[in-house]
Amino acid sequence: MTTQAALLNPMTVLDQFKKNDVTHVVYLPDSETNHLFIAMENDPDIDVIPVAREAETMAIAAGLIIGGKNPVCLLQNTGMFESGDSIRGLGLDVNLPVVMVIGYRGWTRHGNTPDSAARFTEPFLHAFGINYYLVEDDADADRFTIAFEEARAQNRPVAVLVGDEYHGFNRPDLDEVREEISRQ
Amino acid sequence: MIRNSDLMEVLSKHRGEAVVMSTMTATRSWTAASDSEALDLPLGGAMGKTSSVALGIALAHPDRKIIVLDGDGSLEMNLGTLATIAGKAPANLYHFVMENGVYAVTGGQPIPGKDRVSFAEMAKGAGYSSAYEFDDLEDFALKIADILAEDGPVFVTIKAEPEIQNEPIGRRTRPVGQRSTAVALADLRKELGV
Repeated sequence: MTTQAALLNPMTVLDQFKKNDVTHVVYLPDSETNHLFIAMENDPDIDVIPVAREAETMAIAAGLIIGGKNPVCLLQNTGMFESGDSIRGLGLDVNLPVVMVIGYRGWTRHGNTPDSAARFTEPFLHAFGINYYLVEDDADADRFTIAFEEARAQNRPVAVLVGDEYHGFNRPDLDEVREEISRQ
Repeated sequence: MIRNSDLMEVLSKHRGEAVVMSTMTATRSWTAASDSEALDLPLGGAMGKTSSVALGIALAHPDRKIIVLDGDGSLEMNLGTLATIAGKAPANLYHFVMENGVYAVTGGQPIPGKDRVSFAEMAKGAGYSSAYEFDDLEDFALKIADILAEDGPVFVTIKAEPEIQNEPIGRRTRPVGQRSTAVALADLRKELGV
């Protein structure tokens, strides 16, 4: 058994973005974040910037921050690996206060992580000296705010690892998400 | 073929209040030609991401023209940027590529597809509003004002003479007058009122 019961609603993530005055979400989709994408696309306060390759996310976020905006990068751990040099040169070297929300592909609570994407995720962040917070369900949502505050206070990238990407992001059906958005 | 320094002299006369971002060999000649240093942002070693940073600034400041001076080897490292930029369609972004066919800063090795790839056709196919290719300085000088008056994203590729360096990174010195990235960032943010 490698699954978990925790659930993270995409609207919880969106609420955290709005609470922290996020202006842009720079992201590359994976199948698990589709519902979050729909919610963001329908939100008038957030501009979604889809990219062709994950390494663009940190660079575009750098430009937005230089220009005075408050973006967040949304990508999977596999894309984080691909983005290594951008994180180094355009995140860490220029003291970029940006939060990376990273889908933790392969994460389990049981320590049994046959997926190498999961096994290398935290060592990668340690190697880059990037602090991170694990969010598994709605009860962990305030860790987004902690990450945003830390990034701003320290002028550094901070990561939020979403350890529920196979559940909460993919839990409601599309009609439920649209209905929830329309009620707000 | 156009010499970088000649092209930059012409471009500098037309940049107005535009932010100009540069990378690799373009930075050296642009730094020499520019008369608005605080609006310049040189990004060395961005591994092809200068145009991506430019997109972010362009979206943050839609009323300000953003010119990016890219390299052909740099663009090939980040080709997806063409689709990403076209997708957001910033009307204020002008994407120049100095196409010299080589990795000039590593000794002049040919880029993949040298003399076969058409960057202008790629940009047009990706969805840029327009795309141009110049190999003659006079032709460029005649048209640059109209190009910068267009709504972007506009793509301009320049058939440029290679200016090859072969000095190991550890032995290179920053060109006289070129600021560090940190200083350039601070200057630009101040100019943008951030």
